[in-house]
Amino acid sequence: MLRRITRLSSRVVVSRCYARSTDEFRLNEYSEKYLGHRKARFTETLEFIDSTKHDAVPIYRITDTDGEFLDANQDPGFSEQEATKMYKDMVTLNTMDKILYDSQRQGRISFYMTNFGEEASHIGSAAALRPDDLVYGQYREAGVLLYRGFPLDQFMNQCYGNDKDIGKGRQMPVHYGSKDLNFVTISSPLTTQLPQAVGSAYSFKRDGSGRVVVCYFGDGAASEGDAHAAFNFAATLKCPIIFFCRNNGYAISTPTTEQYAGDGIAGKGPGYGLLTIRIDGNDPFAVYNATRKAREAAAKSEPVLIEAMTYRIGHHSTSDDSTAYRSADEVQQWTEKDFPIVRFRKYLEKKGWWSEEKDQEYLKQVRKDVLKSFAAAEKVKKPPIDVMFSDVYKEVPKHLQKQHEELKQHLAEYGEHYPLGTFKSK
Amino acid sequence: MLAARILKPSKSQKFVRYSSHFKFQPFTADPSLGETEKINLCQSINQSLHQALEADKTTCVFGEDVAFGGVFRCTVGLADKYGKDRCFNTPLCEQGIAGFGIGLAVAGSTSIAEIQFGDYIFPAFDQLVNEAAKYRYRTGNLFECGGLTVRATWGAVGHGALYHSQSPEAYFSHTPGLKVVVPRGPIQAKGLLLSCIKDPNPCIFFEPKVLYRNAVEEVPKAPYTVEIGKAEVLKQGTDITMVSWGTQLHVVLEAAEIAESQMGVSCEVIDLQSILPWDVETVCESVVKTGRLLVSHEAPLTSGFAAEVASTVQKECFLNLESPVERVCGWDTPFPHVFEPIYLPTKWRVIEAIQRSINY
Repeated sequence: MLRRITRLSSRVVVSRCYARSTDEFRLNEYSEKYLGHRKARFTETLEFIDSTKHDAVPIYRITDTDGEFLDANQDPGFSEQEATKMYKDMVTLNTMDKILYDSQRQGRISFYMTNFGEEASHIGSAAALRPDDLVYGQYREAGVLLYRGFPLDQFMNQCYGNDKDIGKGRQMPVHYGSKDLNFVTISSPLTTQLPQAVGSAYSFKRDGSGRVVVCYFGDGAASEGDAHAAFNFAATLKCPIIFFCRNNGYAISTPTTEQYAGDGIAGKGPGYGLLTIRIDGNDPFAVYNATRKAREAAAKSEPVLIEAMTYRIGHHSTSDDSTAYRSADEVQQWTEKDFPIVRFRKYLEKKGWWSEEKDQEYLKQVRKDVLKSFAAAEKVKKPPIDVMFSDVYKEVPKHLQKQHEELKQHLAEYGEHYPLGTFKSK
Repeated sequence: MLAARILKPSKSQKFVRYSSHFKFQPFTADPSLGETEKINLCQSINQSLHQALEADKTTCVFGEDVAFGGVFRCTVGLADKYGKDRCFNTPLCEQGIAGFGIGLAVAGSTSIAEIQFGDYIFPAFDQLVNEAAKYRYRTGNLFECGGLTVRATWGAVGHGALYHSQSPEAYFSHTPGLKVVVPRGPIQAKGLLLSCIKDPNPCIFFEPKVLYRNAVEEVPKAPYTVEIGKAEVLKQGTDITMVSWGTQLHVVLEAAEIAESQMGVSCEVIDLQSILPWDVETVCESVVKTGRLLVSHEAPLTSGFAAEVASTVQKECFLNLESPVERVCGWDTPFPHVFEPIYLPTKWRVIEAIQRSINY
């Protein structure tokens, strides 16, 4: 009996020793080679990870909806000049949106998309970047361009596609871009800019310029395959990039409950090995602090994912009536309870940097400026017809030259049937 | 691994599988290009990449498994010589590779992306067609990705079946803004690839993978370029013009020889080389002379690039055409495994078409 027990126990010991060494080997292999140095362990508990049992990633904020600091230590300490510029840009964006939205309703431009309710995330993040950081956007980031100094005239020229549009009238309205301001021209296909932004970031990492790339996108766009590609490439290739997600609750009519079942977009970040934070997108101070900190990390080639929680107050676009899928009450509540511009104004007023009178005066001025730009853009003719054939390639290949000639001959004969007068003659 | 197996079949397999498909016809490089060495297509691609990385410090080569030399060994030695930051693996994701490559080019780097098989370029279709091709145009020339070259293996390989055999050039030929190039052998491959890399427009460079090791030529050692958009008349003839590209060019050449020696038909053979933009002039000049045209490619017939060549030629050379344009192509089926020998547009089908055209 005793002998049997002894033998048994010795067998157990032997097998345990064996198990310990293979376990150690395997855990070490898994940790170091498979899991990026994250410490792996075995468990004998059969348990699935249930994401619904965990709290959501918290939302970083530092002011309340009255513009009052909850933690004064985190006040980024904007100067009066800086803070009023930020405010003015938000108001300008809002004013431009209202006028261009209405002008589309009047049929004067073909299309428009407003930025209502998301102004703080544009301006707060733009303020935290270096001017030479390259921005890739989706289409609802006009505030970033505005903050960088894109003139009102240029916004209007693009929306009109006139001869002064630096994009040469080829794209739909709100597809802005500026080489001088390091804002890559917007394109309609969602999320395609994400892996591109990673590629540019890799180029900056190699050229030693210290520039980082900031890439904006919506919660809906995050469902595209390109988002997965970009997050994974950025993390594995260690690129200086900030992914900035505007989670505004809707992708056209689709609410986020039909977009994802996990913990928002921030919930995905750690799975890719991205530094991740969720922020209050209507708190410009939180947006600024998070973006600035993210920029520091990105500059050291640690890619960051920021999810800014906000709400799309306006319709998706001028082709959309959002009352078909959400209540007017919901929009009303957000407008009244947390409109970022109002929130920032309260802060400015408390600082004594702004007042009702200044507000009225600025609104009047900016309205005048926008209308002036708008009227001027409307009067400019469209680019010459030749512009349709250039820039397809760097050079104009023979077959395109031939097609251009064919069109010229056609117009010489049938020109009266085309709106030739609206285009600038060469 | 699959790739390696494709390229290294046992001797008996090789004989059976390739004997009826094509016979590689080596060409001689322009002597003005200087000293040559005898290398295969794979080595000529590798040499081009070495020379591209040498010439421009912003150049990066990336894709799936390229760091250790690539599954076809086209990127051998690049990471060792130029650094792991210039020749590196990406995650397994074609849309990411294409998008990343565009972004590199937008930021001013020269970007050489590899798609392991042309068959797997479709996940990158959106990035290539909606983004790369339209970048310069839609931004009013503010931004562009002309520094991008996408290399992808291409064409039949003997037993590649549906997803290791495709010839997707026609899909891309319908996309203004892209350049699409297919070389027929090591000399062309080097010159055309270096042209693609230097070209200020995004280029797709398809490499006939069955030629990687089978095709050996005396290739000039120094860097040189071959003009994109230019076809090459390989053989002068007076009775019929035959247009092809890539591997199929060799099938057509062999058929032309048989037609000449056994049927007394004088064939003019043209390697199109560039699918987009393509050399209408050279082809039409030839058809004006011969009065007959045959276009042959491995890809399926319907909406294959031969359709574009045929319709353009009938418009430009209507009064010169003596017979209907012949298209000898893959059938309108997916590319099959065991049926490959009867799927391919063989020299016998080309000969039959020559006969049909001549006797019309």
